[in-house]
Amino acid sequence: MAGFLARRLLNYLVLVAVASSLAYMLAAGALDPRSNYADRTPKPPPAVVDAQLTALNLNDKTPLIQRYATWAAGVLHGDFGRTVTGTSVNEDLARRAGVTFRLVLLGLICGSLVGVLVGAYAAVKQYGLFDRLSTGMSFLVLAIPVVVLATMLILVGTWLNENVFGAKVFLVSGEYSDGLDTGFWGGVLDRLQHLILPTVSLSLGLIATFSRYQRNMMLDVLGADFIRTAVAKGLSRRRALTRHALRTALIPVVTYFAFTFGTLLTGATFTEKIFGWHGLGEQLINSIFTNDVNTVAAIAFLAAIAVLAASLAADMLHAALDPRVRTA
Amino acid sequence: MTAGEPVLEVRDLHVTFGDVRAVRGVSYAVRPGEVLGIVGESGSGKSVTSAAVMGLLPPSATVTGSVRLRGQELIGAPEKRLTALRGKTISMVFQDPLSALTPVYRVGDQIAEAVRIHQKVTKEQAMVRAVELLDLVGIPNPGQRALGFPHEFSGGMRQRAVIAMAIANDPDVIICDEPTTALDVTIQAQVLEVLKTAQRETGAAIVMITHDLGVVAGFADRVLVMYAGRPVEVGAVDDIYYRMRMPYTVGLLGSIPRVDRGGRQPLVPIEGAPPSPAALPPGCPFEPRCPMAVEECSVAEPALLEVGPGHEAACIRWADVGVRPPGRHAAQAAAAVRGGRGAQEVVLRVDGLVKQYPLMKGSLFKRRVGTVHAVAGISFDIRQGETLGLVGESGCGKTTTLMEILELVKPQDGRIVVLGQDTARLAAGDRMAIRRDMQVVFQDPLASLDPRMTVHDILAEPLRTHRRGDTGSRVRELLRLVGLDESHAARYPQDFSGGQRQRIGIARALALEPKLVVLDEPVSALDVSIQAGVINLLDALKSRLGLSYLFVAHDLAVVRYIADRVAVMYLGRIAEIGQVDTVYDGPMHPYTQALLSAIPLPDPERERTRRRILLDGDLPSPADPPSGCRFRTRCPKFRTLAANERSRCVESEPEVRALAQDHGVACHYAEKLEVVQNHEESHP
Repeated sequence: MAGFLARRLLNYLVLVAVASSLAYMLAAGALDPRSNYADRTPKPPPAVVDAQLTALNLNDKTPLIQRYATWAAGVLHGDFGRTVTGTSVNEDLARRAGVTFRLVLLGLICGSLVGVLVGAYAAVKQYGLFDRLSTGMSFLVLAIPVVVLATMLILVGTWLNENVFGAKVFLVSGEYSDGLDTGFWGGVLDRLQHLILPTVSLSLGLIATFSRYQRNMMLDVLGADFIRTAVAKGLSRRRALTRHALRTALIPVVTYFAFTFGTLLTGATFTEKIFGWHGLGEQLINSIFTNDVNTVAAIAFLAAIAVLAASLAADMLHAALDPRVRTA
Repeated sequence: MTAGEPVLEVRDLHVTFGDVRAVRGVSYAVRPGEVLGIVGESGSGKSVTSAAVMGLLPPSATVTGSVRLRGQELIGAPEKRLTALRGKTISMVFQDPLSALTPVYRVGDQIAEAVRIHQKVTKEQAMVRAVELLDLVGIPNPGQRALGFPHEFSGGMRQRAVIAMAIANDPDVIICDEPTTALDVTIQAQVLEVLKTAQRETGAAIVMITHDLGVVAGFADRVLVMYAGRPVEVGAVDDIYYRMRMPYTVGLLGSIPRVDRGGRQPLVPIEGAPPSPAALPPGCPFEPRCPMAVEECSVAEPALLEVGPGHEAACIRWADVGVRPPGRHAAQAAAAVRGGRGAQEVVLRVDGLVKQYPLMKGSLFKRRVGTVHAVAGISFDIRQGETLGLVGESGCGKTTTLMEILELVKPQDGRIVVLGQDTARLAAGDRMAIRRDMQVVFQDPLASLDPRMTVHDILAEPLRTHRRGDTGSRVRELLRLVGLDESHAARYPQDFSGGQRQRIGIARALALEPKLVVLDEPVSALDVSIQAGVINLLDALKSRLGLSYLFVAHDLAVVRYIADRVAVMYLGRIAEIGQVDTVYDGPMHPYTQALLSAIPLPDPERERTRRRILLDGDLPSPADPPSGCRFRTRCPKFRTLAANERSRCVESEPEVRALAQDHGVACHYAEKLEVVQNHEESHP
C-alpha cells in the first residue's frame, strides 16, 4: 500500500509540474501586462515601461521560454514572483488561500455530511414523503444559480435579523468586522457570524448533489444480498442499514468528495464575491482583468495541487473503506 | 422420520405482491433433525415462501396465514421479537455466496457479529467461536482465514462461511435457499457434506429449497413439490421419487437428464411454460401442460388429497398417475452415428491450442507480473454429424477455447482448422465464408438477442448480411423448424419465455445452414422442464440437418444426452476424452471419476448407497498451476501412491494417451472405475 501511494504521489508531482507550466504559458501568452501602462496619464516612456516589465518578469519582448525559465526557477524556490503592482504574490495569496480554505472546507464538510445523510435516509424511505421532498428540493437548488441563491440568503438573513432576532446575528459582508474590540472570543464569534451564510450557500448546492448521489448508491446496496444476510443473522434493520449498507455505499461517494474539494477551491468565486470575502476565486478574476500573469499562474498552481492532493486523499480513503482496493 | 413436536409449522401461508399471488396456501411442518426438501421451478414461489417465514419480504408484500416457530407465531409478530429469533432459533443460507457477505468486513468479524448479537460474550470470545465455526465447516487454516475479506474467498469457501454464520447460535431450523445452485458440482458435493455436518452438530431441522431433484434425493427425508405458488405433492422422499401421484412430479422427473442413463433415449419435456402468477388458468394450474388433463381439471383447482400414508397430491386423477406418460413433444430417438468415425470428414480440428492472458500491474507504467494459462495445449477434433461435449468446472478454460475457435485468427500457439481451413492462413473473404458455416448459440437467450429487433429482423439479419435472397419464406421455415409459430415473427424477444427465446437463438444460428454449430451452455439458464425440450430439439436438428456440434457445458448429465464424444477439461488441459458411454461408464482419470461421482442422482435409494469421491479444496489459480500433473494437488489417486510413484506426477505433465479405442486419458496411473452405475442395469 505504501509503495502504491508513493508511486501515485510521484505521478501527481509530474502532473502538477505539467499542469502549472501549461497554465503559465497560457497566461503569459494570452495576457498583455503592457496594456496596463497605455491608459496612464502621463504616458510613461517606452523604456521605463520595458524596464518595469522586465523587473516583474512580464516583458513580452523577452522570449516566452526565458520568462518561463525565470518563473519556474522562482517557483522551485517557493517564490511565485510579483504582481503587476510589484507586491509579492506569495504574501497576497497566502492570506487569500487561508480565507478560501476556511470557507470551502467548512462548506464541503457540512454539505457532504448532510448530503450523505439526507440521501441515505431518502433511499431507506424510498418514495416516502421525505424522499419526495428532498428530491424536489435538490432539483430546485440545482436549478437556481449560485448568484440568486446567495442573494436570497442575504435577503432572508437580513429579514431574520430585523424581524426575528432584532439584532445582527447573520453578518452578510466580509469575513470579519473591522475595528472590533471585544477580545479573543468576541473575535471568534464575529467571524462565525460572518461565516454562517456563505457556508450555507456553498453547502446547499453540495447537499443537493451529494444527496442525489448517495441516494442512488444506497438504493443499489439496499437490494444487495448481504443486507438480507445481515438481517437474517439477527441484526435489526437499523443496524444492518448503518453498519452494512451505509458503509458500503459510502465508497463511491468518497471519490466524489475529494474531487469536489479540488474544484471548489476556485469554484467558490461567486460566493466569495457576493459575500465580500477576499479569496482565491475573486483574485483569479481580478488578476485576469489586470493582466497579472504571475498571480494567474500561481492560482492555477494552487488549484492543481488541491485537485491532486484531493485525489490522493480519495485514494487513501478509498483504500481505508474498501479492502478490495487494498490488495490490488 | 424423527418423532417429536414440529419446530417449524407453516399453515396456509399466502403471499401477495399487489395483485400477484406469489404463494397461495403453503402448509408444512418440520420436526427436529428432519430435512424437508421444497422443490419447484423458477416462479413456483418456493423462495418467497422461505423469505416469508423469515420475515424478510419487502413491505410491499402482504403475508397471511400462520408460521409457528416452537409454538410462537411469527406472522404479525413485532419486529423486535423477530430480530431476536432470526439467526438464533431460525437461520438461513442463501443462494449466491458471492454477494451474501458484506464486502468491506472481515469474514471472521461477520461471523463473530452473528454470535455477539445473540450471546453475551466479549469480542475475543466471539472471535474464538468464529474460528471454531470456520474449522467446523472445513475451512483450512481457520485462524488466518478468519482475518480475510470475502473477496479473498472462493465461492465454495464463502458458502461455507455463510453456513458457519447460520449455525453460529445453534439454531433449531436452518432454511437453505438453493445453497449449491451457484457452485460447481465438486464444490456442491463438498458443501452438501458440510450441511450434513452442520445438521449433525446442531440437530437442527433443515428446509432445503432447490430446483435440483438430484440434490434433495440423497439429503431430504420428505419432499414438497411446488407449482404456481402451491404445494402439489408432499410425501416421504421415496414416495415422491418412486410412487408419485401428481403428473407434474412425473413430468419433472422425466425431464431431468440423468448422468446414469446411457444410450440415446429422448427426454420427456413438459410442454409449455409455467404460468405467470399474475395470470393463472382457471382450475388446476398445471392443466394446460398436463398430458393427463381431462375436462374436469379446468373446472376447479384440486385440493391436496391424502393418497397414501403421509403422502398427499393435488390431482383428481392421482390414482391413474404412476407410469410416465409420453409427452407429445418427445423427440424420436435419433439414429446415433456411432462407430466408424474415421469415415467422416473432419469439420473442426484443434491441435495444441494455447491461450494465455498477461497479468498486468500498475496504472501509468504497466508491467507484466504473471501469466494466466487459460488454455494450455489442448487437442481434439469433431467430425461431420458428430457432437463433442466440452465439460469442466468454471475456470477450466472451456469458454476460452470456444472463443478462440470463434475468433478465427491464428492462435498464440497450436493450430485451429475449421472446415478444412487453417485459421492462421485465412484471408478476410475466407473468414466471412467460414462464419457462414460456423454459427454460435449463447448461454443467456435474452442477453444475446437485441431487444429492439423483432424476431423476424433477428432471423433475417444473417440472411441479409450474407446476401441470401427471399428472407421472408426462410424466416417462416426457420420458425417452424425450431417449433415456434410463424405468427411469432412480428414479436419482440421479451414477449417470449426462456425456452422460446433459446429456440429463437437456435433458429438464428441455423439461418445460414451452417455445418458446425458452437453451443455455449445453451440450456443452463433454463428450467429443467424447458431444458429437456431444447435438448431434444438440438438433437433432432442435428440428425435432420447433418450438423456437427461443439457443445460447451458444465452439466455432465446434459452432455451425456446430447454428445457422441466428450472431453473433460481441468485447468486448461484435457483430462479425459472419448466416446460418451465409454467415459461415463468407465472413467479412467481420477478427476472424471470425482466429477461423475459428485453429480447427485434423482434417485434416493441409489443416492444413499453411492460412494462419493470428494475432492479437497478449490481449483488452483490458472496463473500458478501445479508442476507436473495439474490435478495432483486435489487428486485422490495421488494420495494413495507411494513416494517414488508420486515423483512422476510432480515432475512430468501427463499427455493424453489412448488407452482404448477412442478413449484418451491424461493420467500416469489411469485405471477404470465405475462410479455411476448404469440405470438400466440395476432397474431392468
